Amino acid sequence: MTKIRTQYNRRSFIKISAAAGGGMLIGFSWLNACKPNAPEMAAGLPLPEEWYEINGYIKIGDTGLVTIYSPNPEIGQNVRTSMPMIVAEELDVPWDHVVVEQAPLNTGFYQNQFAGGSLSIRLSWNALRMAGATGRRMLLEAAAKEWGLGVADLNASEGVISEINGDRSISYGEIASNAVGIEIPEEVELKEVKDFKLIGTSQKNVDGKKIITGEPLFGLDFHRDGMKLAMIAHPPAFGMTVGDFNADEIKGMPGVDDAFVIDISIDEPAMFDEKGFHQLVAIVGESTWPLMKAKNALRVNWQTTGELESTAIHKKRLADALVNGQVQESRKDGNPEAAFRRAAKVIERTYNAPFIAHNTLEPMNFFAHVTADKAELIGPTQTPEALEGSVAKLLGMPIENITVNMTRIGGGFGRRLYVHFGLEAAAISKQIGGPVKLIYTREDDMTQGTYRPTYSSVYKAGLDENNNLIAFSVRGAGLPEGPVFPNRFPAGTIENYSAEKILAPTNVTTGAWRAPRSNFTAGAEQSFLDEVAELAGKDPIDFRLELFDRAINDPVGAEFDYDAERYAGVLKLVREKSNWNTPMEGVHRGVAAYFCHSTYVAEVFDMVMENGNPVIQKVWCAVDCGIVVNPDAAANMIQGGVVDGIGHAMYSQLTFENGSPREMNFDTYKLIRHSQAPREIEVFFVENEIAPTGLGEPGLPPAMGALANAMYKATGVRYYDQPFMGMERKVIG
Amino acid sequence: MANYSLKINGKSVEVDVDPNTPVLWVLRDHLNLVGTKYGCGIAQCGSCTIHLGDAAVRSCQLPVAVVGSQEITTIEGLSENGDHPVQQAWLEHDVPQCGYCQAGQIMSAAALLKNNPNPSDADIDAVMDGNICRCGTYVRIKQAIKTAANTQNA
Ligand code: FES
Ligand code: FES
Repeated sequence: MTKIRTQYNRRSFIKISAAAGGGMLIGFSWLNACKPNAPEMAAGLPLPEEWYEINGYIKIGDTGLVTIYSPNPEIGQNVRTSMPMIVAEELDVPWDHVVVEQAPLNTGFYQNQFAGGSLSIRLSWNALRMAGATGRRMLLEAAAKEWGLGVADLNASEGVISEINGDRSISYGEIASNAVGIEIPEEVELKEVKDFKLIGTSQKNVDGKKIITGEPLFGLDFHRDGMKLAMIAHPPAFGMTVGDFNADEIKGMPGVDDAFVIDISIDEPAMFDEKGFHQLVAIVGESTWPLMKAKNALRVNWQTTGELESTAIHKKRLADALVNGQVQESRKDGNPEAAFRRAAKVIERTYNAPFIAHNTLEPMNFFAHVTADKAELIGPTQTPEALEGSVAKLLGMPIENITVNMTRIGGGFGRRLYVHFGLEAAAISKQIGGPVKLIYTREDDMTQGTYRPTYSSVYKAGLDENNNLIAFSVRGAGLPEGPVFPNRFPAGTIENYSAEKILAPTNVTTGAWRAPRSNFTAGAEQSFLDEVAELAGKDPIDFRLELFDRAINDPVGAEFDYDAERYAGVLKLVREKSNWNTPMEGVHRGVAAYFCHSTYVAEVFDMVMENGNPVIQKVWCAVDCGIVVNPDAAANMIQGGVVDGIGHAMYSQLTFENGSPREMNFDTYKLIRHSQAPREIEVFFVENEIAPTGLGEPGLPPAMGALANAMYKATGVRYYDQPFMGMERKVIG
Repeated sequence: MANYSLKINGKSVEVDVDPNTPVLWVLRDHLNLVGTKYGCGIAQCGSCTIHLGDAAVRSCQLPVAVVGSQEITTIEGLSENGDHPVQQAWLEHDVPQCGYCQAGQIMSAAALLKNNPNPSDADIDAVMDGNICRCGTYVRIKQAIKTAANTQNA
C-alpha cells in the first residue's frame, strides 16, 4: 500500500460542515425531492432512517447504503459514474450499494469543480482516492475503538469490517454512526493498482434509468413553483448592439409579463466572461410559446458599432496573416530555409477550416433567483466557480451569498465554460424580483458566438534524395488564435524545423471548442504527413514510427511535449489490432495519431465504396490514457469523439454575411446523422499503471486526419478544406 | 386561448392554451412532462419525438389544435417502469453520453420496431436520420435497436 497525506484536517472538515449550514451536506437532488412516490429501496437496500456524513464525499446510511457526491459537472463525459467509482474503490464498498448525488459548488472543500480540458479525472484522481481511503480508515478506527482492538487487527472489504483473528464483523452501515466522531486521519493508505476491484470494470451510467424514462435531469427541465420563464434577443450580427425596441407592444402581448434591456457587462471580466453580447432584450412570461411569439414580434433598433464581417473578409484576413501576420509563438530548430533549398523534393499544402458552433443539443438555459442579499443559480454550467465569481461582480454581492448548483448537462464541448447565460438569468431575476428560468431558442444559441475559430495553416516538408525528412515547417493563422503548438510532434523528430502560430483579428466571439486548436491541427498535420510518407514511398505508420525513433534516441532541440514511446505505442497497437499489414480487397485505409489533453490516440479508418460512395465500414482506435476507470464508458467517449470528428470535418460550417451567421438552425447547419456514422468503432486501451488522463477530447482530433487519409485511398482525392462535403448530405452510408 | 382535452399516456388531461401551441410546449410547460426535449423547434433534430397513435411525430411541429382524439404517448408513458425492450436495450448497451437526445431516439426507435420488427441497417438509417445525437452515440443506438428487435421477436 502507498501511504499518502490526505491534505484534510480538522479545519477543512469543519469548513464543509459549515458550508452545509452546520448540518449535513445537502447534495443537489431536487429531482428526487419532487418525485411523488419516493422509492423505498435504493441500490437494492432499504432506504436508511439515518445518514452519517463521513466526509464531504461520502455519506453512509444505517442500512449500508452509501451516497457518494460527484463533485464535477456532468456533460456527457460520464464523470458522475467514474468519479464516484474511484471513491468507492478506496472506500471498498460494493458498487451496488452506492447512490450518486451531485455535489454543490463548494470551493472551500472540493478542488477543480469544472468540466474542461479533459481534466476531471486527471486532476481529481488523488483527491477522490483519498476521500475513499479516508472514509475507510475512519470506519476502521470506529470499529477498532468499539471492540477495543487496533486498526491493524481489522480488515475492511466490500462494506464490511472484520477481525483478522476473530469472528466479529460489522457492516459499514452499523458502524457509520461511530465513525462520525473520528478525527479525520492526516495520513491514509491507498490501494495498489493491482488490488483494484472496481476500477477497470465496466459500470453502467448511474443516470441511465432516468435518461431512458425521461425523468427531469437537465437545466431545461428545472422547475420551481412561482418561477417565470424568460427568453432573450441578442443582436443579429457581431458589430451590433441593442438600441430601443417596441417595448409597449411586446408587453401588451398575451402571456408576456415584462420586456426590458439587460446589461451583463462587468468590470474586469475574467476568462469566461468575454463572450457574447452584453446588452440584450429580455422578455418574461409564464410559458415558452407566447414568449417565442413575442420574440418574433420584436422590433429592435440594432445599432451598428463595429465592422460587419463576412466569410470573404475572414478568408482574406487569414491569407494575409499567413504572409505578414503577428507571430504569437514559435519554435525553430536547425536551419529550415537552407534545408529546404538543398532538399531533393519539397511539398507544401494549405489546410482550411471554417468557424463552427458547439450546438450542444440542450440549448443554453439557467435558473436564477436573486433577492436583495442572496442569489441562487441552478443549471447547466461547466464552470460553476467562474459563474459564481461573475455573478458576485455583476450583482455587487459577496461571493458567500451566492449558491450555484449543477444539473445534468445536455452537452458541453466547451460551450458552457462561458458563463453569460447564467449572468443573463441573474440580471433578469434581479429586474423582476423573483425566480426565473432563462431559455435560448436554437437560433439564439447558434448565432450567439463563442465559436471554434476559423483556421488556415501551411505545411511544408523537404526530403533528401534518400527520402529522409530533413526539413519541416508550419505556419498557422486563426481568427483570432493560430492553430499551432510549436513544441508538439513533429518537433523533436526533424533536424530543421520551424513552427509559427499567428493571430488575426475578428469581432466574432470565439471560445474553446472540444479539443481547442487540436481539433484542426491534428487533421491538417496528419493528412500532410500522409502525403509526405507517400512522397517518400513509405508506409504511413512506418514513416511516423521512424520519426518517433528519432525522438526516443536522439531528440532534436531542448524540449518537446509528448512521450514518444507512448505515442509510438498507440500506433503499434492500432497497427496490430487492425491487421494493418494485411491489406483487404476493396478496403481503403487511412491512419492518424494525435496526442492532446495528456492522452494518446491512434485511429485507422476502413472505407469501402458502395454505389460510388465512400462508406466508413469500421474505425479502429488505440488509446493510452493510463489507467482506465470505466472501460465501456471510456470506449463510448472515444466513439463519440470519432463521430464528432467525422461530422465536423465532413459537414459542418458557419458562414457570415454582414456580421451575421448565415446558418441559424439544423436545416442549414449540418450535423452528422445516423446514416453518415461509421458502422462499427472498436476501441482498444493500452494497459499500464499510469495515473489516468482524460477522454472527453482526445478521440476527436485524429479522426479528421484518418478520415481524410482513408478518403484519399478510396477516391484518389486529397481533402484540404473543411467541411469536405460542403452542403451535400448523403455521402457516407 | 382554447380548451383541449388530450389523451396522454393513457390519461385524459385538459389544457387551456393558444391553438397554435406546439404539443412540445403543452407537455413541457403545462403538463410537467419534460422528458420530451426541445432541440431545434423546426423538425430537424428529433429530440421532441412522441407517438401520435403508432406514428413517431415531432411534437415541436404539432399544434395542439390538430391532435383531436388521437392518443399521445411520451417517453414517460412508453412503459410502466422503463421496461420497454428498446429502453432495456439502451441500458444494456449503455448508450447515452449527455443523454439529452435519447428520449427522442428511443421514441423513434420504438415506433420503427412497431412498424417494422426486423429492420435492416438501411431501414434503421432511413428512420433514425431524423434524430440528431450531438454526442455521437449512433453506433450504440444501432446496436441497441438490433438488440431490441431480437428481444421483441424472441
Ligand atoms: S425540437 Fe422538434 S425536431 Fe427538434
Ligand atoms: S447523448 Fe448527447 S445528444 Fe445524444
